[in-house]
Amino acid sequence: MKGMTLIVKCISQLMAPSIFLLGVYVVLHGHLTPGGGFAGGVLIAGSFVLLILAFGSDEVRSQILNWNATAFESVGLFVFWFLAFWGLIRGTYYFTNVITKVNPGLPYHLFSAGIIPLCNLAIGIEVAAALFSIFICLAILKVGDRI
Amino acid sequence: MIVFVMAIVLFLIGLYGVLVKRNVFKILIALSIIEYSVNLLFALIGYRRGGTVPILTEGTKAGTFFVDPIPQALVLTAIVIGLGTTALLAAVAVRLYEKYDTYDVRKIRKLRG
Amino acid sequence: MLTILILLLVLMILGAIVALESKDLLSGVISLGICGFALTIVFLLVQAPDLAIVQIIVETLTLVILIAAILKTTHEDTTEAFGLRKLLVWGLGLVSIAVFLAVSIHVFSHLPKFGYPVLRIAQVYLDQGLPLTGAANIVAAIILDFRGYDTLGEATVLFTSVAGTVAVLRHIGRKRP
Repeated sequence: MKGMTLIVKCISQLMAPSIFLLGVYVVLHGHLTPGGGFAGGVLIAGSFVLLILAFGSDEVRSQILNWNATAFESVGLFVFWFLAFWGLIRGTYYFTNVITKVNPGLPYHLFSAGIIPLCNLAIGIEVAAALFSIFICLAILKVGDRI
Repeated sequence: MIVFVMAIVLFLIGLYGVLVKRNVFKILIALSIIEYSVNLLFALIGYRRGGTVPILTEGTKAGTFFVDPIPQALVLTAIVIGLGTTALLAAVAVRLYEKYDTYDVRKIRKLRG
Repeated sequence: MLTILILLLVLMILGAIVALESKDLLSGVISLGICGFALTIVFLLVQAPDLAIVQIIVETLTLVILIAAILKTTHEDTTEAFGLRKLLVWGLGLVSIAVFLAVSIHVFSHLPKFGYPVLRIAQVYLDQGLPLTGAANIVAAIILDFRGYDTLGEATVLFTSVAGTVAVLRHIGRKRP
């Protein structure tokens, strides 16, 4: 897949960090504003897809295949499972909100709602890595590559 | 009730596509339409007349009229799962085309290799 | 508000019909995009901004993935049935669709009306969501605290589907004929 013209490359270089930042904001403020882990994760994946579409798959092939994108997906799911398991370690039932029981925090602030922002972060990483892996498989992979 | 029936009509259009069409890609598009219709039906069931968004801010008074939040929670994950299954089916369709050089389901009959 | 809702649903139905009946696969996928973006506006009208954000960005990525799959293969639809077989398939299809529609109309006349849902558990979640969990977004509190097990299952399903996609599209270990 070849890249696009110079104007598209410049504009996408300027826009992709803003989209990434918007995705991170939507993930971290998931307990205060609409959004959450799923919406933010898909936005983060969208910013990377924009860069690949603008520059063409031939140029970015060598760099992206070194990223090991599927490992991030496994890490995200494992962190989410560990946060659920933490309740069993503490002695109560599975999936307890262990932080709220100890230290509630002020409502409507960023550091409140216990385990919920951490769960959002783990899900955001997992969804972003998953959708990015799908796009790499469809657009970049050739014979003999390892992802 | 007419909005519910229209959501069911959208579901039936997708069902017609899965049953009648012979192109694998058209079957994939029809499955995606079925997915949209089911999410639409869930979101419409949860609507309350005169209700607002179920997000509390500093200024909300007690006893505000909210919309039902449970169908929204169910649909939120369903949308992302829909993307996952559509991508998986597109991958299988690409593989089928590379092997048999056609999208017609009546020609893709023998299971080789 | 009801008239705008009905107009958007008619737009979705027309987009779906065009998506299925077009001769070119690329225009079919773009009509699917019309259907998805109209669904975003419907989600905004029924007061669900979480769903609208997720739907619009997922729709964009679905279009990108489907067009990438089309560009790797062909983009025309040359399969058509002829003669008696077409009549038989059409007839059976229409009969089953008519039966389904009649049964669903009968069912929906017994459910609560549009706009007056029965809120039994949801009233408890709305009243005690903020004191029990500390989150201001009730939908996030439901999917991550009250019903967190379902979210764990969903994350696993997404992981499995991506594992399947990567396994299908890789070229390693493939026997050359």
